[in-house]
Amino acid sequence: MSDITDTLESSVENPVSGIDQSSGNFKYDMTYDFDAGTGLNERTVDYISSVKKEAPWIHEFRQSALKQFFAKPMPTHWATKDLENINFDKIRYYLSQGLKPKRTWDEVPDDIKRTFERLGIPEQERKFLAGVEAQFDSEAAYSNIKEAVAKQGVIFMNSTEALREHPEIFRKYFGKVIPTGDNKFSALNSAVFSGGSFIYVPKGVKVSHPLQAYFRINAENFGQFERTLIICDEGAELTYMEGCTAPKFSTATLHSAVVELVALKGAKIQYITVQNWSSNVFNLVTKRGVAHEEAEIKWIDCNIGSRLTMKYPGVVLKGRKARGEVISIALANDGQHQDTGAKMIHAADETTSTVVSKSISVGQGRATYRGVVHIPRHLKGCKNNTECDALLINTNSRTDTYPAITVRGDRHAVQHEASVSKVSAEQIFYMQQRGLTEGQAMSLSVNGFINDLARQFPMEYSVELKRLIDLEMEGSVG
Amino acid sequence: MSETLTDTPVADLVGGFTAEAFEAHMASQASAPAWWLERKRIAYSRFSALPMPGRKDEGWRFSNLSGLNLAGFGSASADAKPFAAPFMIETSATLQFSNGRSTGVDMISPHLKSKGVIVSTLSKALVDHASLLKEHFMAQPQKLGSAKFAALHEAFVADGAFIFVPKGVEVTKPIMVVHAASGAGTSIFPHTLIIAEDNSKVSVVDYFASTDETRQFACGANDIYAGHGAKVAYAAAQCWSLESLSFQFNSTVVRRDARVQSLNLHLGAKQARHESLSQLQAPGGFSEMLAVTIATGAREFDQRTLQIHQAPDTKSDLLYKNALLDKSRTIFSGLIIVDPDAQKTDAYQSNRNLMLSDDAESNSLPGLEIQANDVRCTHGATSSRIDPEQEFYLKARGIPSKAANELLIFGFFEEVLGRLENEELHAALLAFIQTRFTANIK
Repeated sequence: MSDITDTLESSVENPVSGIDQSSGNFKYDMTYDFDAGTGLNERTVDYISSVKKEAPWIHEFRQSALKQFFAKPMPTHWATKDLENINFDKIRYYLSQGLKPKRTWDEVPDDIKRTFERLGIPEQERKFLAGVEAQFDSEAAYSNIKEAVAKQGVIFMNSTEALREHPEIFRKYFGKVIPTGDNKFSALNSAVFSGGSFIYVPKGVKVSHPLQAYFRINAENFGQFERTLIICDEGAELTYMEGCTAPKFSTATLHSAVVELVALKGAKIQYITVQNWSSNVFNLVTKRGVAHEEAEIKWIDCNIGSRLTMKYPGVVLKGRKARGEVISIALANDGQHQDTGAKMIHAADETTSTVVSKSISVGQGRATYRGVVHIPRHLKGCKNNTECDALLINTNSRTDTYPAITVRGDRHAVQHEASVSKVSAEQIFYMQQRGLTEGQAMSLSVNGFINDLARQFPMEYSVELKRLIDLEMEGSVG
Repeated sequence: MSETLTDTPVADLVGGFTAEAFEAHMASQASAPAWWLERKRIAYSRFSALPMPGRKDEGWRFSNLSGLNLAGFGSASADAKPFAAPFMIETSATLQFSNGRSTGVDMISPHLKSKGVIVSTLSKALVDHASLLKEHFMAQPQKLGSAKFAALHEAFVADGAFIFVPKGVEVTKPIMVVHAASGAGTSIFPHTLIIAEDNSKVSVVDYFASTDETRQFACGANDIYAGHGAKVAYAAAQCWSLESLSFQFNSTVVRRDARVQSLNLHLGAKQARHESLSQLQAPGGFSEMLAVTIATGAREFDQRTLQIHQAPDTKSDLLYKNALLDKSRTIFSGLIIVDPDAQKTDAYQSNRNLMLSDDAESNSLPGLEIQANDVRCTHGATSSRIDPEQEFYLKARGIPSKAANELLIFGFFEEVLGRLENEELHAALLAFIQTRFTANIK
């Protein structure tokens, strides 16, 4: 037994590095052409706005957001006190080597290209994507959309370009799904946003392959604040995927994005995130979509990395028969807190929503589900179904569930169920009897726990997810 | 996590419970022991120092804060009228209080008395059983948001029921406690303290009612202590006037292999806040927490619960059912906490809302905080109307709509009431709900 304890202890000490995040744990020393310096004040915002040569309304939008950011208190009356460890004065808010993203990988500067090659991005693009944007710190280093897709009228560019070149499309929705003052971090993002994807899919266009964005933090003490806005016009369909990594620094890094989705009548948007930030990243993201009549928005949200993630993708079901769905997988290892969930705001008759959340807590990891389901007065035929399952691997693992469900009126059906369990000792014993090691048996069990959700991911992601979980489970049996 | 609520919190910290009002109350308590008066003074200063609940307090999420105004409430008028419970069950003792004063204690049989069972008023127990009171009276933490109002209770409590059952003694028939309030602006602070020593058994029924339909303020508390192997069954029926403001704080301590069942029936008051804390402190403990709420008019029922598993091998089972009519609102906020060493915990929490009106609003916040891995914890919350298929089934068999609805609604409650062990109490409570409720079913 004694040598097992040894491996256990060593895995508790440093369970993360060298295993799952090794692929992202490297960095290059860069010289940046544009640097807004350290700390945040009005001049930081002026600098970002002038580097981007923005229209005056955007500059005003940023300045007003900054005031709201300063005015808003930290939400620690309900959220974790760990938020207080973010030192906004020590963060660098804008770093780039240039604003214009390259259209071919050959043009991308060597260090950045090597970064994305190590992460396998160009390879994925060739294999199964309709377009890729690769953001390196504040700006996209590479952005490309396949010609066939562009010909259909699909617009896919970063926030600065999109607001400059297509204000007639994007200005109408920008900051409307998530108002600046929605929360402290949406205000911060609105003040200093840079990069991200703005996408417009015209009426009736069904984009057959996913568009992908990859977010990379390279610099220490850096804050990444990308802004994404996706508009699917009537009857259009889109699948969007995002991935992210950062090297592991000794100091905290901040990632605070705002993602707004608009699905007009009959449109379908599927938004897939695989979050694998290194364990020093505060990942505080606001994501929300508006689904109009008979439209469908589906968030598939997978959180494996980061120190603290707070993210509750939401859908405002604005039109009759709109559908919202959140599929959430969270894996919390030692030193990690995955505070994730979903918000479903029903605002029209016969709207339906589904939330399925599965979390796994390993070692001293903590997984939290927080949810809101809201059905206001005088609607009829709204339905919500929420299921939250938590799996606790070690004796000291932790999980929390905090849903809030408001239902007005007698013409709806809402149900919420949650359960907490551990891996069955009998199952492990059964598999060991058949020659599997305890670790293999554990991995198999955990993969079984999330299998029905992982299957909804595109194949490449689902394979990757399984691999990550296999690795995370190594030596975690206890 | 933001929600829009238009009401503004109350700024006035003390309302009618000013320093002068407190001194007047203390003057009426002059015969009480010094340690008790000292506790009350500390409690009063705590009450006046603590802020009123604010919009940012998670413990008051969804609550109507403007309804908590304490202005206009004062001490009770002295004319205490006797008042009898509306349902008759065989009891082993009864205590009656009117406007906070004892109006009668029907003593238990000499047989139980000789075994050491004590059924007394709190004011008498202060003198006779000071050490037991010091140990158990409001000895548990206030964790559910109402520390201010619990302090108010302690500062102004005048009398209540004191029930002590010594080791190994079983009291078979329930002990009945009746608290009545009368007169506009009256404030009362009912208290029931139950101490069941190791391997004893007792059942207690609290009945709270107003004798008239004026606006009153009730701020009650009860403490249940179940020693090793003890069995306690507690039931309370809250029927304050439909204009009243009500607070009730339950605290239950469950020791090794003890079992406590508590059932709260909420029918009255304009705004009623109920907090229930169960602490499972030793292996084998079991706490069953039950509630039935019938929300009519524009009433708000705000129920907050906490099940804390502090030791391994403990079990808790919560079932709160609300029927919502008219423009009523309910809030259920429950939390199960499993401490890091409380392995083999078995905890369940369920909130069912039956929506019977298009203007009613239910809020459910079923929460879990689990810090041990070898546990079985589940919770569920539902909000829905009467199942149309069930209704159709009954109608197809010639049962008129109204009767069918009645059957289905009482079936809904029966799942809770059916868990009462005492058949007589079960029948009495059911009949009582029926008379109060039938008029409201469309």
